[in-house]
Parts: sequence; C-alpha cells; structure tokens
Amino acid sequence: MSALRILVPVKRVIDYAVKPRVNKAQTGVETNVKHSMNPFDELSVEESVRIREKKSAPGGVEDICVISAGPPKAQDTLRTAMAMGADRAIHVETKEGEDLEPLSVAKLLKSVVEQQKSNLVILGKQSIDDDANQTGQMLAGLLGWPQATQASKVMFEKEGDAVTVTREVDGGSETVRAKLPMVITTDLRLNEPRYASLPNIMKAKKKPLEKKKLEDFGITAERRLKIVKVTEPPPRQGGGKVDDVDGLVSKLKELGAL
Amino acid sequence: MLTTVRRAVFGQARRGLAQANSLSSLQRLLSTLAVLEQNNGKLNTGSLSAITAAKKLGGPIHAFVAGGNIKSVADEAAKVDGVEKIIAVDNSAYDRGLPENYAPLLVENIKKGGYTHVIAGHTAFGKNLLPRVAALLDTQQISDITSIENENTFVRPIYAGNAIATVESSDSIKVITIRGTAFPAAEVAGGSASVEAGVDPKAESATEWVSEDLATSDRPDLATASRVVSGGRGLKSKEQFDKVMLPLADALGAAVGASRAAVDDGYADNSLQVGQTGKVVAPQLYMAVGISGAIQHLAGMKDSKVIAAINKDADAPIFQVADVGLVGDLFEKVPELTEKLKSA
Repeated sequence: MSALRILVPVKRVIDYAVKPRVNKAQTGVETNVKHSMNPFDELSVEESVRIREKKSAPGGVEDICVISAGPPKAQDTLRTAMAMGADRAIHVETKEGEDLEPLSVAKLLKSVVEQQKSNLVILGKQSIDDDANQTGQMLAGLLGWPQATQASKVMFEKEGDAVTVTREVDGGSETVRAKLPMVITTDLRLNEPRYASLPNIMKAKKKPLEKKKLEDFGITAERRLKIVKVTEPPPRQGGGKVDDVDGLVSKLKELGAL
Repeated sequence: MLTTVRRAVFGQARRGLAQANSLSSLQRLLSTLAVLEQNNGKLNTGSLSAITAAKKLGGPIHAFVAGGNIKSVADEAAKVDGVEKIIAVDNSAYDRGLPENYAPLLVENIKKGGYTHVIAGHTAFGKNLLPRVAALLDTQQISDITSIENENTFVRPIYAGNAIATVESSDSIKVITIRGTAFPAAEVAGGSASVEAGVDPKAESATEWVSEDLATSDRPDLATASRVVSGGRGLKSKEQFDKVMLPLADALGAAVGASRAAVDDGYADNSLQVGQTGKVVAPQLYMAVGISGAIQHLAGMKDSKVIAAINKDADAPIFQVADVGLVGDLFEKVPELTEKLKSA
C-alpha cells in the first residue's frame, strides 16, 4: 500500500456555542464573536492523527497537511490543527468577509491535492456556518475519486489500498469500500477530538506554515450565489408553563395538538 | 473529396443545429428534473417533496428514478399529479445510489433533457449525490432550501437555523436540495405521466456497497411523522429511555427522537438524533422530554407546529420556545401523561 499523504481542510467558523446574530445591514451575521475550528474539521484532524498513531494503514502515514482558506486569523485554526498532530499547514489567505463558495473551495482543493500528491482527503461533512454539506462531494467529483461521506468508522485493509467506511445514513448506517485515493467526510460519531496540550501548542508554533494566495491556484472569490439578504428567523414565543399533567393535556388539546 | 464535402455539409448542419439550440435555450422556459429515491424496489414517497418544490417553480416537471427492476417504481411515480414524464433507468448498478456512478448517470440525463432545475431532497441520498452532480456540471449547489421566491432566488437557513439567507443563483442549471419538512410530499394520485427510458452511461463505481444496518421500527418515520416525542440526557440510561419514552410514543402514535446528548450516551440510535447534525423535523406536535434546548437541537425542531416540554429545570432554554411547558420530574410526569393519554 502506498504511504498516506493526508490532506485535511479546516475552516474557521463562529464557535458552535455562540448564538449568531444577524447584522443591522442584513448582509450576514455579526462576526465580532468567538471563532473556533469547525467541529467536524476537528474530527478530520483527529482521525488523521489516529490513523498514524494506531498504525492502522498498512503503508503508514507519510504526511498530514492541514489547509485553510480564510482571513489572516485562519492561521490560529491551522496552529490548533498542528497542535493536535498535523505536520504542516497551508494558509490560502483571503480578505476579511470574502467567503469562498463550496465549489470554489473544491476547485482550490483539487489543485492542492495535485500539488501535494495527497491520496486521502478527510473533510468535515459540513461547516456549521453555511451548513451546505457540499465541499467533500464536489472535490471527489472534480477529482473523479471515490467518496465516503458522513463517516462514523474508517478501517484500512491489512494489505492493499482498500478502505472500508461505515457511513451514517437515514435510518441507520451503511458500509462501503473503496480504494485509495479517496475522499472521506466525517460525522460526529467518528471519534472524540483531543485537546491540544500546552507543550504541543508550543511545538505547533515551530511547524511549517506556508502562505499562499487564491491566485496561486487560479481561483477567484467570485460568487455564483449572491446573498440578497440575511434575516433573523421568525421569533418563537414560549407559551408559558402549566402546573400539572392535566394542564398539559388540556393546553395541548386547546392548541389542537391532541 | 467526398469526405471533405460531407464534413462541410455536416459541419454546416451542425452549426445550424447549434444555432437553433442556443435560440431555443434563450426562449426555453424552465423545466425541472425531480430526483426520486427508491429502496429495494419501493418508491420513497418522502422524496416526492421534490415534485412539490418543482411545482412551485412552474414549467414542465420530469421525475427521475434508477435501479434494478425499476418499472413498478416508475409506474407508481407516474401517478403523481403534475408530472409530465418519468425518466427511468433500469440497471441494478444504481440500486444503492452510489454517487460514483449515479452522478455521471444524472449528469447525462440532465444534459439530454436540457433541464434548468434539478431538485432532490436534502436526505442522506441527496446530500451524498447532488454536490457531486453540481461539481460535474460546474454549478454551485443550493442546499436545504425552505422556500422558493422565483426561479433564481431561494431561501435557506444558515448557522443552524439562526439566520435565514435569501440567495440568488447566476448558474444556468440550478442544482437544489430541499428541506423535506418545508415541502410536503406530492400525493401519488391523479397523474398519468409517460415513462421513458433514460440514457445510461454505465459508468463504473469505484466504491463498492458492502452492507447496511438499518434500525427497524413499527413507529412512524421520524422525518415525516406528525407527532414526535424526543428524549434527552434527562432520561439517564437506555433502559429508562425505552421504559419512559416508548410507551409515550405509542400512546401518541408518535415517532421517537433524541437529543445529541442522548445519542452520544447510547440511550438511542444515531439515526434518531434531531438537530443541526441529525434530522430536521417539523411535526404537528414535538414533545421534548429531559432536553435542555441547545441551539443545535433547536435547529432541528423549532419549526414544529406545537412544542411541548417537560423538564425539571425551570430555566432550561427549551421553555423559551415551548408553547406549553411543564416543570417537573420526567420519571413521574411522563408515565402519568402516558396513562392519561391512553385512557382519554
């Protein structure tokens, strides 16, 4: 089996615990809040590091490269990924507020895969900001590679290049098998990401971080989808509380729910 | 000599054809391909939401099905009102909806039909397949839409439903996945679509389907149930989850859901998770039991018609969205409620 050269795309997003607020101009949400690595991307980094630590791939892991396209602060996210165990990082710098659409990201990643000679790309199944759930599938399509999305378990055969992936699907799970090179996207059940320890955070500062621009990959930030407006969802008012089960039943009847 | 002449003549004819094509595409009205799902030779009627969405766009609607022995599925789909044509591809290679061969299959049929819009449900099948199709067509997909403003403009929740974005697409082919709860499934009645064999490029799939493990249940399907009872960490164990929640579900004829906490702790199967990373439901009644109401959970249920909550913490955020809340010990209140519902 060929040694693994894993590419892990990560995205800096508003922290999952922050309740996003729509800005006054209705062009997006307030971004002056805490940001973190997209939770599904943490799973991708963790899985890559575990493949190396557990020596589960017969050919071993030669390289774990994390990449992020985003504003200068995306470097913090890349450092976090390196503190978790990634070897090096590529930062494709974009301007603040210049968000790439999944199709552009997929095109960018295709160039990076070719340049870096990656044979496994592990992405999060979706980013929790625009909830698109597209990039991994688009990348696999552009590369003509097999894909295993919403992975909850990744297993390597003892020999050869075959990878068996259990996927979360509606109603349960499904298992598929493909050969490298391939694209995998992570579901929450895949693993439990580690916390980066202080010594590892210090070490990560010395790991290589290569800076690139969109133009280096022939990508522009033009959008196919224009955001016409962003609004708050219609508010929902709590209807108050009842004292006992009888109150609950009669209120539900009154609301026509029973 | 002959060849040159022939080439010239054909070239001209081809150019003429191309011209006619571009002219007709200018005048072409929109037409939609709704991608339907099938499982083991049965039409997934939930996927008929795609037809409801297509109707909102106007223009002719074709529906697409593929799989082995697809005839009965195609015939059933042909009965859906408002569908002009069913494009059916009979080949068991597509039974499992593997995107590696299903995406090229769809792309060929989309190109042949000249569709302006392609719609599928934002289900595990649609999410896996359509972005690959979109990439092959070089179009930016629009995911999980909840409403259609016009043929180019769509509404979709972002940030776990904490913001609603209206987006306008400039792509010539719109590839769209829809939120099933926002578009009710079209009824299988009143229609008489013709069934036509689609093109089959017979692409190889580099991925092989190995097995599946589906949770079986006699209860209604979570995504489409009109009533859902959902349990959270407050249930404390799988045994108690089953003991408390299942009788309540049966008394209400409801589907069972769970919060991420309950799933992570093994009280319920992953496929029952309601929320941003699980299923999005919008039933008539959603009853949250022992669920605090984190934003990721609310993302999956806050469009329910009526929300009821039972929780011992009076300050739990779930009470801010619940139409009716009961503060109390669920191990006491839920069995009492189940009894009262049964005797009612």
